[in-house]
Amino acid sequence: MLTLEDFKPGHFMTLGPRRVTRDEIIAFATEFDPQPMHLDDEAGRNSLLGGGVSGSGWHMCALAMRMQVEGYLNNSKSLGGLGVEEVRWLAPLRPDDLITLEVHVDKARPSNSRPGAGVIHFRSEMFNAAKQRLMMIVAIGLMASRDYS
Amino acid sequence: MSYFEDIVIGARHELGSYSFTAERIKAFASKYDPQPFHLDEEAGRKSLFGGLAASGWHTAAACMRVGVDSRRRAAERAKARGDDVVAGGPSPGFRNLRWPKPVLAGDTVTFFSELMSKRATVTRPQWGLVFVLNTGENQRGELVFSFEASAFVARRPRTT
Repeated sequence: MLTLEDFKPGHFMTLGPRRVTRDEIIAFATEFDPQPMHLDDEAGRNSLLGGGVSGSGWHMCALAMRMQVEGYLNNSKSLGGLGVEEVRWLAPLRPDDLITLEVHVDKARPSNSRPGAGVIHFRSEMFNAAKQRLMMIVAIGLMASRDYS
Repeated sequence: MSYFEDIVIGARHELGSYSFTAERIKAFASKYDPQPFHLDEEAGRKSLFGGLAASGWHTAAACMRVGVDSRRRAAERAKARGDDVVAGGPSPGFRNLRWPKPVLAGDTVTFFSELMSKRATVTRPQWGLVFVLNTGENQRGELVFSFEASAFVARRPRTT
């Protein structure tokens, strides 16, 4: 079980690669972000992003979350997320992209309000197979230390 | 949506509401955030959330859905009046997303949007950037969600 003590500043983990299919992109967009550029190739071509259908930025965030939960969070004493300082959507997610997530710890410190727990600042970057950076996210989580009860 | 030039800073709109049923919470979490407190009532009760809680990303995604629906309705009203339908562009990202209180199974969240500022962009002369504060309140009027969004909005076309 990972605890606060295991999260030291620096590179933490590389997650993936994971393929994102056209069906997944359209299913997420249909439910949560039904803008034409996320549903249809022609609308995508006519949008500022160009190039056919693109994945919703929120889908990218959700994919990053899934990768982190399976990659380490469910094997940790995570007490939940506190917030997201910043997300930058840098390049479009495309059907059949193979994504990886580089997770870094920027800092980890004891919580001021919750004894035995700490606050971790994660900086993660999502890349496609061509090593283009699709997204950067700085998120904050609450993590129990070894002796938390 | 108005053209970039016509956007009024400070205007606040109600976007719509989303019901966080246990079924919806578990469906989202099983796909995108499979932590026990988002999947199981017992695990939720034992957690800091005090019950089966929606993934914070589910709350964010619900806000997006409600916002897109709201803009689509506004575009339909504009078309019916014979006004221009203004193109909305992609977003370069957002800042300061917070989940001040948990969203629990059975909660309904109403989302709002308030225009904070706007600026021209050098690299895309036909578009401007707007900055918007999006918030969500539960049925008790408590703030459960907020973040500072940004998006490209079309400028008024030049008449020649």
